[in-house]
Formats: sequence, structure tokens, C-alpha cells
Amino acid sequence: MKALSQKRRHPLAAVALLLLGLILTGGLYAAATAPTAKADTTTYTAADTEEGSKLFIANCATCHGMGAVGSPSGPSLVGVGAASVDFQVGTGRMPMENQGPQAEQKPAQFNEEQTKQLAAYVASLAPGPAVPAEEYTDGGGNAAEGGELFRVNCAMCHNAAAAGGALTRGKYAPALAGVSNEHIYEAMVTGPQNMPVFNDANITPEGKRDIITFLNTIENNGSPGGADLGALGPVSEGLFAWVAGLGVIIAFTIWLTSRTS
Amino acid sequence: MADHSDGTPAGSHAVARAGRSDVEKFQDPGLAPHRLRLADTDPRAAKRAERQVAILFGVSVVGTLLFFIAYFGVRLDDTIATLRLQNLLLGLGVAFAMLGIGTGIVHWARALMPDHEVSEERHEIRTERDRVAAQRIVEDVLEETGIKRRPLIRNTLIGALALAPLPAIAVFRDLGPLPGNALRHTMWKEGTRLVRDPTGTPIKASDVTIGSAFHVIPDGLNELEHGKLEEKAKAVVLLMRLNPESLNPSPGRENWGYNGIVAYSKICTHVGCPVALYEQQTHHLLCPCHQSTFDLTQECKVIFGPANRPLPQLPIKVDSEGYLVAQSDFHEPVGPSFWERG
Repeated sequence: MKALSQKRRHPLAAVALLLLGLILTGGLYAAATAPTAKADTTTYTAADTEEGSKLFIANCATCHGMGAVGSPSGPSLVGVGAASVDFQVGTGRMPMENQGPQAEQKPAQFNEEQTKQLAAYVASLAPGPAVPAEEYTDGGGNAAEGGELFRVNCAMCHNAAAAGGALTRGKYAPALAGVSNEHIYEAMVTGPQNMPVFNDANITPEGKRDIITFLNTIENNGSPGGADLGALGPVSEGLFAWVAGLGVIIAFTIWLTSRTS
Repeated sequence: MADHSDGTPAGSHAVARAGRSDVEKFQDPGLAPHRLRLADTDPRAAKRAERQVAILFGVSVVGTLLFFIAYFGVRLDDTIATLRLQNLLLGLGVAFAMLGIGTGIVHWARALMPDHEVSEERHEIRTERDRVAAQRIVEDVLEETGIKRRPLIRNTLIGALALAPLPAIAVFRDLGPLPGNALRHTMWKEGTRLVRDPTGTPIKASDVTIGSAFHVIPDGLNELEHGKLEEKAKAVVLLMRLNPESLNPSPGRENWGYNGIVAYSKICTHVGCPVALYEQQTHHLLCPCHQSTFDLTQECKVIFGPANRPLPQLPIKVDSEGYLVAQSDFHEPVGPSFWERG
């Protein structure tokens, strides 16, 4: 202790202290954020990354910039992870057809192999959420608990029956029927476009599995009450009641007061 | 002009006289000639109508039978498909049971029952004599009760009538206590941990990555035995993290957030719907009920829709273990305006 206190006025003491402090905070930060930035579990070969780089330069770099650092017309993709690429390219949202309020889902432009290569390239730039493991997307979770999580976290935008809904200025939350389990998982982890991110600290992978199970369940069950009219609530139901219900009443009124031949 | 108003050509000094009486005396056209229906003249048509009515009543019988067949016959198993089938058949059965009777009766009345037109003479309008008679009845009653001559009775009656409604006040008062200052305060107080809805697990500041949205309740809400929903309806919070540079806190509110993590009340200031549609790129919060839109980068100022005031912000900080806690309660009442809010 004495030796240490004697050297505290050494010219290099401040530098040593600063270094120590930086290492400590850096280490703590890395430890604290470790659960959220989970390591990439899917393995990509160097050839995948190489091919992905070529595809990226040919198809994506116009907007996202060389090296995916972003440009005025597209965000940086450094650190978005393989999950984001698999979702955006796999659902056909990227490449975007034209600039608009929101990238629309459309038939995918790249096949599975090319999507994987693009994902490998983007994942190689910086660590980010990986393509989910099979065990979380098998739809074998608890549908009841998934339903509760869905109603708290998702239903306000995606509708309680997952039929989708409108957002501001032309944007919308899409319907979730027919979306693959992997893509649902990836959307939760990465928060594509205006969707918030639901990282693993917010909704655990098991919770995400439950949500996927719930969505599969309601999709397979159909509507127990008969025609759901798009499950859009008062808009479609009200329209139906006014047009069909009142129409029948008017028809009966005309029949009641008409003259018999 | 009164003496000229008898309307006869002789009495009037109008120039045109010829044909005038025809114009002024409106001819009652009377009833349209009665037209016989097919069933009135042709016995075969009447027979056919009779059969049609019987068929409609028969439809009703079949509908009722269908109801009971569905009720007892459809075996419900664990799948929802059998329930759907039963619901459909029950509904169709009842619908046809009612519709058959209704349409049958109407068709019977229209096609077979007598349909001669009948006109009823209109009553004479009230005469002066009736009015006087009615007034006399009222005066007689007043006179006979003697209410004018007996002020004691009159005054006690007024007293009784004035007091009689008071029990109603007591009864309606029992509908519930006045809210008191419950509308101004929520469960949040200094040091209350922000926990996830519905699991109730606390949230570390490091868990909230940029672009995240957490649905938050105060710690201890799940353990409440009474009034859990009432407290939840006031205390729910949406926790979001965005780039700290995007936030523009006003003076005095700079440290209400932590590293770009901010917490806002989820209760719309319009009529209290949960505002939870968060767009992480535009930083807009949208209320699904009436499309009020709040801008997170301007302290949830209203930028569209019927809401009138910004969403209240919950001041938060980080405790010694790294968990997010509230600095205090909301600084203003959450939710829609109310009478005494001022």
C-alpha cells in the first residue's frame, strides 16, 4: 500500500488510472449488455459472406451504401443482424419497390440461398440478432400465456385477432395470418420499420415462442362465432349491419305495404 | 273585411265570379274504388294462397325441430368445429321458426283476410263549452278539498312533498364514494420499480435497447387485493428508448429520463383509451380510438386528433441495482380532463 501511495504523484499515474477506469466501465457495460446482443448461433461460411457481399453491392448498396453504412435514402445496416435481413428480404419487403410510407410485403425477390448469403454478409459486419433457433419457432409453447403477452404487447397495433390495423400517415401494422413462425420471431427481435423492438430482455425467447403458438392457434381455430368479416371490429361489422340488416328491414317494409295482386 | 269573408260569390266584391264556387269548394274524392284481389275472385288462387300460408307455418315448425335436433343431436367434442356447427343450426332453427310465423301471418292477412277500405270520421275539434266544463271541474275539486280554507293541511302537504325526495339522495349517494383526490394520484411514488406487464418482473436500464417499447406497471400492483384494475387503469406506463439526441426536454424535465429511456402514461388525455401504438421510426404514439397522435420527441405533444393535452411523463431514474424506478408520481393527473381539474 505504501509503495502505491508513494507513486500516486508519478506522471503516468493519471494515465494508468484512466486506463483502469475505462477497462472497468467497458467490461461492466459488455457484461450488462451481453444478454441483449446474443451471439450469432447460425454458422455461415466465408463463401456465404463473399457471395452475400456481391449480392449486396448489386442490389442493396444504392440505398444502404457501400459497406452497408447507410445513405440519405436508406439506414445503416451495421449491427442489424442476420434476423433483420432474413425478415426483410425473406418477406419481400426489401428490396423496396418504391419509396413510400412503408415497405410492403411482396413475393420475395431472392431465394432462400441468396437470402442466407445476404444475411451472412450483414451479420459479418457487426454482431446482431441471429436467425432464431428451431426450438423457439416450432409453435409448441403455451398458447394461453402467449395470448396474454400478445394482448399486452402486440394487440394494440396488430389487432386482438391479429388482423392488423392502421397507423399514422399511411402506415399500418400488417395482419399476422400466413406469416411464417421464423419471420414473426425475427420481427419481434429486430423491430422492422416502425415496429418497436422486443428484445429478449423484454419478452424472453420462451415468451416469444408462446406468442407464436398463440398466433398459430387462433389462425387454425378460425372464428367460432361465424363469419368474422375481417375481424376489423366496428367498421366492417357496422357496415354489414347497416347495409344488410337495414336492407332486409326495408325489403320487409315494402312487402308489408305492397298491394296483393 | 269580416263581413266579406262568407265566401259566397254574392257576398264577395271580387271581380271574377263565374265558376268560383267550384274552385273554393274542394270536392272530397272519397275512397278509391275497391279492387278485388285474385284470391277474392278465383277460388283456386285462394286455395293456393292458403297452401302458401300453411307452408310458411310449416317452415316454422321445421325450424323449431331443427333447433332441437341441433341442441340434442350435435355432439360437442373438444374442437371448435362442432360448436360452430351447433351455433349455426341453432341460429338457423330459431330464425326460421320466427320468420315462418311472421311471414305466414302477414301473407294470410294480405292475401285472404277481408281488405275493404274503412274510413273513420274525424272528431269535432274541442268546443268552448267543453273547455268551460273542464275548468269548472277543476274549480269544483279545489273548492271541495277546501285547500284554500285550510292552510294547515296545505302547509303540511308542501312540507311532506319537499321532504319525500330526500331518501333518493341517500340511495344514489350509496352508488359510491366521490373520487376525492383519487383522480390526481396513482400508485407511483419515489422508488417504485417499473415492472413488466403482466409478469411483474423488474426492468434493468440495460435491458431497454434503442427502439424498444416496454409495457409497464408499478411494482406491487399484481399483489393488490382490492382495486387492482382501478389502480392499473391509472398507472399503466409505456417505456421507450430512443436516441437521447432526439429528445427535446423542456427546462426542469431534463433528467426525467435516463439515457434516452422515457416513460409516459398510457392513458389518452382525450377519453382514456390506452395509447400504445408506438412507431419507433417516427416516434409517434397513436391512440387507436380516435387517432390522437402524440410526438415523443416533443414531450408527447398532441400533433393530431381530438386530445387536448400532452401525455403526462413519469420521471424515472436508476436505483443502485440498475433497475428503473420512479422518481415520483406523475406531476399532473393522468387521463382525460374532469370537472374539477381546472
